[in-house]
Amino acid sequence: MNKFQKIWARGDSFIWLTGATLAACMILISGLLLAILVNGMVYFWPSEVHRFELKNGSTLIGEITDREEIFETEGEKKIILGSRIQVKRGNRDLYGDDFIWVDEVDIVSRATPDAISVFERREWGHFYGVIQEYKEAGKTIASGQDEANQAFLKKIPEVEDILDEIKEIEKFSIGRINHAISRHRLNLKQLALDGIAAGSEVDEELAEIKKLEEQYEVHVKTLSELRKKLTSSLMVRAGDGQDKRIPLDQIVRAYQPNSFGLFDRVGYFISGLWEFVSGDPRESNTEGGVFPAIFGTVMMVMIMSIVATPLGVLAAFYLREYAKQGKMVSMVRIAVNNLAGVPSIVFGVFGVGFFIYFIGGTIDTLFFAEALPTPTFGTGGILWASLTLALLTVPVVIVATEEGLAAVPRGIREAALALGSTQFETIFRVVLPAVMPSILTGLILAMARAAGEVAPLMITGVVKLAPALAVDSFSPFLHLDRKFMHLGFHIYDVGFQSPNIDAARPMVFTTTFLLLLIVLLLNSLAISLRNRLRKKLTVSGL
Amino acid sequence: MEPAKPMKGEIRSFLSQKEGNEGKLSDTDHTGNSSEQGTSNRVMVNIDHVNFYYGEKQVLIDVCMEIPEGMITAYIGPSGCGKSTLLRCLNRMNDLVDGARLEGKVEIAGEDIYDTRLEVSDLRKRVGLVFQKSNPFPKSIYENIAYGPRIHGVNRKDELDAIVEKSLKSAALWDEVKDRLPESALGMSGGQQQRLCIARAIAVEPEVLLMDEPCSALDPVATAKIEDLMVGLKEHYTIVLVTHNMQQAARVSDHTGFLLLGKLVEFEPTKALFTNPRQQETEDYITGRFG
Repeated sequence: MNKFQKIWARGDSFIWLTGATLAACMILISGLLLAILVNGMVYFWPSEVHRFELKNGSTLIGEITDREEIFETEGEKKIILGSRIQVKRGNRDLYGDDFIWVDEVDIVSRATPDAISVFERREWGHFYGVIQEYKEAGKTIASGQDEANQAFLKKIPEVEDILDEIKEIEKFSIGRINHAISRHRLNLKQLALDGIAAGSEVDEELAEIKKLEEQYEVHVKTLSELRKKLTSSLMVRAGDGQDKRIPLDQIVRAYQPNSFGLFDRVGYFISGLWEFVSGDPRESNTEGGVFPAIFGTVMMVMIMSIVATPLGVLAAFYLREYAKQGKMVSMVRIAVNNLAGVPSIVFGVFGVGFFIYFIGGTIDTLFFAEALPTPTFGTGGILWASLTLALLTVPVVIVATEEGLAAVPRGIREAALALGSTQFETIFRVVLPAVMPSILTGLILAMARAAGEVAPLMITGVVKLAPALAVDSFSPFLHLDRKFMHLGFHIYDVGFQSPNIDAARPMVFTTTFLLLLIVLLLNSLAISLRNRLRKKLTVSGL
Repeated sequence: MEPAKPMKGEIRSFLSQKEGNEGKLSDTDHTGNSSEQGTSNRVMVNIDHVNFYYGEKQVLIDVCMEIPEGMITAYIGPSGCGKSTLLRCLNRMNDLVDGARLEGKVEIAGEDIYDTRLEVSDLRKRVGLVFQKSNPFPKSIYENIAYGPRIHGVNRKDELDAIVEKSLKSAALWDEVKDRLPESALGMSGGQQQRLCIARAIAVEPEVLLMDEPCSALDPVATAKIEDLMVGLKEHYTIVLVTHNMQQAARVSDHTGFLLLGKLVEFEPTKALFTNPRQQETEDYITGRFG
């Protein structure tokens, strides 16, 4: 044996190899997470707003978002000519887009004056400028940066109260009336289907509808009165000297980042983060929050788990406990394993064909005939999407449960039988508890897979913007037929379907991070549950 | 082929010669533990011309024996002689093995246990089994004992508590575990686990307790405890013990059967078998010439 063979046989190099591979994997994963985290979180951090004076005499206000070198290539050589910066100047209503590239050589001076305010608006994105005047009903109340700002800040709570009231009426009062009216309309249609075109029942429904419509008119009047009260506005001067009137009710948040101390920044950061996870999306999803998507994702995963777990567990129990082990069973097992590898879009297509058209269509003709041709269950919805994902993840649960069952010691089964248990009692009272950790393992894998799937959802019920959550205050409270939003689809939509990619990019990173976080959260929940069970079950000191 | 069946209670000097096998119990006066013979010499288990097969392979060949009530009967023999199989025929645990087949008759307390009308679970409640390797459920100590009574319909907490305490006391385990009943049974020592399994088996109050090499994985101290336990338990239960350890058979059993290659070579009161074996094979085995 020569020296090299000795070294090989000792296996030291193998330890290094395995260790290095693991390290490489860890670096890749943590690098990915870090990149997502940093790119996303930057969005919420209030960075400084600069005022640039340019060579051509114009001024520009905005945040620096990117910087790159300008170069020419001459054969092999790269000649650096200078560099340019990307500035987010906002004010889309004035300039048409949010971003502009500026060559650094063109910049005469740059400053970060405290007076610059940033407005997050409900429409048209951010506005950067200096406050000039504060007006109410066309009359100037306060002028000058400081005074106008004070007056504006004083007014804001009142405006917010009015906005809340409007939202309350629009969402709940009018929503309730619309809901009731559409129910009565459906009743009418049902009566027509039953062959009753006139009579007391029809009149009753019509009277109800009329009453509701009157109520609706009252609310509309209240709304317009409330809207009339919103007369306050700010005159703000943009970087190039244009004045712009911003109504107070258009402002989501206003702040002066250049005067911020660290605490202000952290506070702003946290409030931005909170709005992101709890708010509704605005500006075709590129701004605002993603709460409906979080809600949709979590709810879908839960419905999926509720369906997939019993299905997979029962199937696995039959396969392992009752079925005669032979060729047939091994073929079924191979089929199940292969099912786990079928591309998810195939399941999506199956979901559309079977769940939506066949089952949903049948449900519609049987129970919701009055609403046809508008489909109720015969179109994509959270239930069908969840069931499709359940099909997709059932093999994972089956495989994990089966492995768990195979690992349950023969001894404890025999012990239970020897005490006079029937096979069912043995399975139910001894084997099932012992296999619980494996079932949870399967569930963890299933949830992780389901939360991240997008392709099958796109054809079974996910939408870019869902008008209502699947749970609300209208009976029957749980609307499984509704379409829903999903974080995975949100990433695709915002990142790749949005007209304003540059502005939406941080949202994509943050949404991605959030999706990872939710998967992590659901998993750690299941893992801690599993560990608690394991601790209860396993050998502690033999 | 049908042999003359002995009447119940006729064990005392029952002697029958059956095609090379001997199923025989002679004077219990020979054994060391015969003080109670007057009250407990009824036949509990009657094994009658049993042939047993795993598929094509015959593992038991025409075994006949009568096991008396309230005593410890031990099976000894080299590995693979069929003693564990014979034991498991008595509570039909062999039913679990694919291709297992039994010919002949096994009666317990006069009832044919291979009768198709009999529920196997009812039989197993009456004939408990303690396994070679301790196999507590992955549950708490309390739940391990309470499992059997529960599946047989005892649900009241106070009744279960009483059964758990009584069973653990019978298994000489109560003092060691009474403060940790809710803890996992898997945290106990090997010897404790085996006694727990015994306690679990007697919690359902079987008539017969089968023990399949219960001490083979235990150290001498734990073995001694379990042997003491067996001697104490025979007051209430008929015990059938399979052991590898001839000394153990000699120490605890009242009768001993020696099996070789599926045949019951000799079945005698323990003392007689060890001191004065009738068959050459028995003598060879117990003197250590093979096995």
